[in-house]
Amino acid sequence: MSDVKSFFDTPAPAHLTGIKAWLLTHDHKRLAIMYLWAVMFWFTVAIILGLLIRIELMSIGPTIMGAKLYNSAFTLHGVIMIFLFIIPAIPAIFGNFILPIQLGADDVFFPRLNLLSWYLYMLGGLLAIVSLFTGGGFPDTGWTFYVPFSVTTNHSVPLTLTAAFILGMSSMLTGLNFITTVHRMRVKEMGWMQIPLFTWSLYATGWVQLLATPVISITLLLVIFERAFGIGLFDPDKGGDPVLYQHLFWMYSHPVVYVMILPGMGIISEVIPTFSRKAIFGYKAIVWSSMGIAVAGSLVWAHHMYTSGISDTAVFIFSLLTYLVAIPTAIKVFSWVATLYKASIEMTPPLLYALIFIYLFTVGGLTGLVIGAAGTNIHVHDTQFIVAHFHFTMFGGAGFAFFAGLHFWWPKMFGVMYNIKKAYIAATLITVGFMFHYVPMFVLGMMGMPRRYFDYLPQFAQGNALAGIGGIIMVIGLLLMLYNLVMSLREKVVAPENPWGGVTLEWSVPSPPPVHNFVTAPSVKDYPYDFSEVLKKAAQS
Amino acid sequence: MNKPIDFIGIRLGMWLFLYSEIILFGGMFVLYAAYFHAYPTDFVEGGRQLNRVIGAINTIILLLSSFTVAASITAIRLGSKKLSLSLIGFSFICGIVFLINKYFEWGAKFHHDIYPNSETLINGPPGQNIFFGLYYVITGLHGLHVIIGMTLLAISFVLVASNKIHAERFAMLENSGLYWHLVDLIWIFVFPLFYLVL
Repeated sequence: MSDVKSFFDTPAPAHLTGIKAWLLTHDHKRLAIMYLWAVMFWFTVAIILGLLIRIELMSIGPTIMGAKLYNSAFTLHGVIMIFLFIIPAIPAIFGNFILPIQLGADDVFFPRLNLLSWYLYMLGGLLAIVSLFTGGGFPDTGWTFYVPFSVTTNHSVPLTLTAAFILGMSSMLTGLNFITTVHRMRVKEMGWMQIPLFTWSLYATGWVQLLATPVISITLLLVIFERAFGIGLFDPDKGGDPVLYQHLFWMYSHPVVYVMILPGMGIISEVIPTFSRKAIFGYKAIVWSSMGIAVAGSLVWAHHMYTSGISDTAVFIFSLLTYLVAIPTAIKVFSWVATLYKASIEMTPPLLYALIFIYLFTVGGLTGLVIGAAGTNIHVHDTQFIVAHFHFTMFGGAGFAFFAGLHFWWPKMFGVMYNIKKAYIAATLITVGFMFHYVPMFVLGMMGMPRRYFDYLPQFAQGNALAGIGGIIMVIGLLLMLYNLVMSLREKVVAPENPWGGVTLEWSVPSPPPVHNFVTAPSVKDYPYDFSEVLKKAAQS
Repeated sequence: MNKPIDFIGIRLGMWLFLYSEIILFGGMFVLYAAYFHAYPTDFVEGGRQLNRVIGAINTIILLLSSFTVAASITAIRLGSKKLSLSLIGFSFICGIVFLINKYFEWGAKFHHDIYPNSETLINGPPGQNIFFGLYYVITGLHGLHVIIGMTLLAISFVLVASNKIHAERFAMLENSGLYWHLVDLIWIFVFPLFYLVL
């Protein structure tokens, strides 16, 4: 294997050297690594902000910050986690690295556009930082930028909006690139039903990104225009309707939760069959449920707005549509569980994360039904229950899937293996912390504690203290996980080409892959999850 | 790395991008629809105040330029560089004329104290304010797209002149042309919504 030079040692285009070989690269793998470090930076920042919020809430009254700073802290936590972490994390890192290889291609279709997306991402992040220190203070609107507050607050909102606009564009161009790549760059022998499920999920995600992102772009632009020119499109005094802002905002921002979760489901669909040594149950059902979620998920936005005064008919229809999304989602969960049934399971850190994902995501999904039903929604609307619900789906779901992917493909990306034992300890700490952190919020929400409040009544003290302790345990686990991964780069325990016994194409190339990915021409199996050869090899040794 | 260039793929990417542009304006049209439903009479009243003649002239200019852009692509495919250059140049000039007309139109409205946050609009009926608010936002964004389209045409012009675009390799010109058609298409919707609303 040492006779193959990895992409780390081969600049692309070939004449570049030193730092330029990274900053001007067209290589999808180098871009993925560059995204990885940038995303990790923002993830760490947002974790610390989240921890500060929960420490503040651990006791009644101001603990470590004042009310104004608290508003900014949860706004920044939301904006960074959504726009700079979850949306780009899986597509931009693993999508960029793995998608072309799974298709048997040597790069994405538009390599230079890919580089542009990275620069847009970095520019968006930079603007987000600049927005902190210019204008009237940290943005304090929450990540939803609801009017009229976002138009009237004197804090620095327009720059944050511009940052979100640019980040949206970056994510949209990545989606466009992936769709074109899937259509045009597949090796000839690969039919649509032979595409690995991770790539399928990114394909569905790409469509959601294209369909939904322009709507948020125009909405954010309108808020900027409102602030600059005072047109009054959302101002009731001037004939506008603030609820229309909410419609436009959620027309994007609900589909975008599927941009966050679909690629995560794709990772789980790779990890589970690999460590079950068994063909995935219901390949086609998973493919179609991805596309089904992409379509149905675009039609449910107003379930965020039951209490905003929309008509009863609208509430009924959106509630019904929301329930329909549960069907393709459940198809996936049942398929994963059925894959595990009677399988020869090999426990590894990625599988552990995947199993935790299934549990946490199911809790998140089921509590989603509580919120999707109009009646119970009224009771828990804008309470801590909502906070717990979307952290179960977004963090317990997309986040844990991201961790699973990180541990699954880390050996492929860097050619080194991390410490397995530390990875287990970290996963356990994160999960235990997670449960103590978010389960009390469900209870607090049912008791009536609103979200985003700086202070609370004495009856909520116990839950908040517990959540704070859970949060601290979780952050310790997260830091241990990151430390373990980073240390693997120093300790350099060499990982083989196929450490897990995977069967998709990325496991047939060296770790890390050479610059054009394939040493020999990729050979496509009739069925992407055929483990007969892996099992034969295992029986021989 | 001497694979043939995949023109279909390049076109596919461009179409996807154009699709996202349509959704961008789609968001604006959603606002238009909702507010038209709320203030039908004010919208009709507002439409009467816009100059239909200039609007119609601008529509014709854009349609004409769309034709010349399409013709310039055919010209380059047939290897006629000079004809292609003059057709692109003509389309570019059409863009300038469009913007000049728009400038005078906006200028006249400003003169009548009709612009975002002006006294007349704030104190007038709310529907009128919304109508002109949308008018400025949508035509303004459309004007921005005209300028982007003209930039793309100018780049294509230079590339054709320096023989970077030729009969075998014209994806850049074709995509600029597609973008220009998009600008035209959006105007085809904007024109009746504002000038011909009855």
